[in-house]
Amino acid sequence: MSTVDRTNERLTVFKTYKLYVGGKFPRSESGRVYEVTDSKGKWLANAPQASRKDARDAVVAARKAFGGWSGATAYNRGQVLYRVAEMLEGRRDQFVREVADAEGLGKSKAAAVVDATVDRWVWYAGWTDKIAQVVGGGNPVAGPFFNLSTPEPTGVVAVVAPQESSFLGLVSVVAPVIATGNTAVVVASEKAPLPALSLAEVLATSDVPGGVVNVLSGRTAEIAAPLAAHQDVNAIDLAGADEVLAKELEIAAADNLKRVLRPQPVDDWTATPGLDRLTAFLETKTVWHPTGSLGASGSSY
Amino acid sequence: MAKEKMTTAFEYAPAPESRSVVDIAPSYGLFIDGEFTEAADGKVFKTVSPSTEEVLSEVARAGAEDVERAVKAARKAFEKWSALPGSERAKYLFRIARIIQERSRELAVLETLDNGKPIKETRDADLPLVAAHFFYYAGWADKLDHAGFGANPRPLGVAGQVIPWNFPLLMLAWKIAPALATGNTVVLKPAETTPLSALFFADICRQAGLPKGVVNILPGYGDAGAALVAHPDVDKVAFTGSTAVGKEIARTVAGTRKKVTLELGGKGANIVFDDAPIDQAVEGIVTGIFFNQGQVCCAGSRLLVQESIHDELLDSLKRRLSTLRLGDPLDKNTDIGAINSAEQLARITTLADQGEAEGAERWSPACELPSSGYWFAPTLFTNVTQAHTIARDEIFGPVLSVLTFRTPDEAVAKANNTQYGLSAGIWTEKGSRILAVAGKLRAGVVWSNTFNKFDPTSPFGGYKESGFGREGGRHGLEAYLAPSSPEGKR
Repeated sequence: MSTVDRTNERLTVFKTYKLYVGGKFPRSESGRVYEVTDSKGKWLANAPQASRKDARDAVVAARKAFGGWSGATAYNRGQVLYRVAEMLEGRRDQFVREVADAEGLGKSKAAAVVDATVDRWVWYAGWTDKIAQVVGGGNPVAGPFFNLSTPEPTGVVAVVAPQESSFLGLVSVVAPVIATGNTAVVVASEKAPLPALSLAEVLATSDVPGGVVNVLSGRTAEIAAPLAAHQDVNAIDLAGADEVLAKELEIAAADNLKRVLRPQPVDDWTATPGLDRLTAFLETKTVWHPTGSLGASGSSY
Repeated sequence: MAKEKMTTAFEYAPAPESRSVVDIAPSYGLFIDGEFTEAADGKVFKTVSPSTEEVLSEVARAGAEDVERAVKAARKAFEKWSALPGSERAKYLFRIARIIQERSRELAVLETLDNGKPIKETRDADLPLVAAHFFYYAGWADKLDHAGFGANPRPLGVAGQVIPWNFPLLMLAWKIAPALATGNTVVLKPAETTPLSALFFADICRQAGLPKGVVNILPGYGDAGAALVAHPDVDKVAFTGSTAVGKEIARTVAGTRKKVTLELGGKGANIVFDDAPIDQAVEGIVTGIFFNQGQVCCAGSRLLVQESIHDELLDSLKRRLSTLRLGDPLDKNTDIGAINSAEQLARITTLADQGEAEGAERWSPACELPSSGYWFAPTLFTNVTQAHTIARDEIFGPVLSVLTFRTPDEAVAKANNTQYGLSAGIWTEKGSRILAVAGKLRAGVVWSNTFNKFDPTSPFGGYKESGFGREGGRHGLEAYLAPSSPEGKR
């Protein structure tokens, strides 16, 4: 053979990273992208730089999806979230590579992060049909009434994902929001958005209805501001906002009394979470029903 | 259907409750660190009886300097109070509950004088609920490890609490009982038009031997409330009042460590289906909007009637309203008392006039209003659309807006078409419809075939702009405890 074997130098096919809105993968309506680099400054991709309009579109998609997702049975939501873990496991190598690039980790450390992330989905998948029993229940009121409190999802939740933990941190804040039946508009880590954008591809193939999770990449402050002020957003998780931005967003959120989860210091995302993130975006509904009375006679057995 | 003749109310002889059970002093101070004291700047204000405009007492008016003193006292008391075994805190709260029961007639008369609501309500609703609330949370104080908030849950510190004038002592109980049970200390500001029952409560704290500084009471106006909410050494803010002030508070605490619960306005839908028992529904509608003159955040102020029974229901309702007795709040037969203040009366009047101007049809029963005091006749508006101001804004008065619907889906859509989400009512004989509709309503409390029921074990609070957090029940403890998750712990 006279031709040189060049298989090892095959030109790879780059991926065009896109936003995830309403179950579709649009580019930013603004046509903007920004350069994403690894921890050493090497170019990785051009990520879409979402605009205020993209944020508003995502809220519309999340609102549209809310009725179906919150109305699905808790068992069904658990099945769907578990499916996400299955799909993720199958694309483990890809995420190990992306997390290693994004966070400057060695391969084995990145692998541990991805494993913990898959396990986190499994943890929350199991919560969907248990949380109501843990935080709801009957109330022994002093009168002839059956009185029951049940948790219900708050609605559309804007999630400012953690900046540093681009994948485990991301899933740790998104999974509890949707496990309880909320829908989410997620602002990915500004510096390291690629794992979030790839997660969207997993969600799209995991039976998660379109619009339940919407993922936006770009400048955190630019996207989060219109979400915090949006009148059709019910709550906001400020996990990835710095102190100055968090205060600004909380002030904007007061305009329609969004539920606000302030940024909390997290030393170790691998620690088993408590209930706080699940209950942060739950409402309690209490319903009173008269029981009537059969009178004092009746069986004592 | 032939129109029946309006029935007239029975004649009743006056049956006033005796004022002599309560001894109101000519002046009261602030209650700080276990002592009654004048305001630092010596300011005072008068509190009047809304039914007669008689001045009841002159009360010290707290300012920023007094807030400083009270927060300092509460901070100092926190160390020992939070370190007490829960069983000891419980016993203080049980003592308070018992003393309230012992003094309940005195407090009921006092509340009726200062607030203007009928003695029937203060005696049979407010006071029993106040005592029950303290009794309920007393029992939690030594059981917090089992409440589902992690092992050894911690109190937050100093709670700044601002309460409204519609249920002065009951709102105090809702705020103070869970705060103390969980080991927090309290600075509470009652409303400027109803400071007296909170000051009597201060005396109850003294009788109960509560350690100094655990409860501090600062009568005053909005400026004192704002100073309290903004105080850097306050760890927890609890507010019940208007949505506008609630939003201001949410902005004030932004970027701080302060935990906030807000219990705000409402525009509750009371939905009556065509199979509802009409007489019971009418009683529920009356309770929903005329209890406490409609000055209730969870009032059923929007009546949604299925179109097919609109005329029949309205006839019954009007007949019933004609029998309501408006007048002296101390009279045991009075159904409708006075509006709490001239300011609130002006607001109700403006909104009702606006309803008329926007084209809704106004109706009130023949009803003579007393010549002094603040009064507003029970009022119905029919031909109301969702666009009308009286269908959207909280009126906080005895004014009912009547709208119609044809299908359950339409009823739910209209009920949810509001910025608020506090309460709702459903009237139907069909069990599955109750559950289906209750499930779709975006409201924190839903009453089926009843309305305006309250209980210390039952969590209360709103969706959307009716606020956040719950008061009452196990849920009510969360507002006063630090987060339990590893992520939330520093």
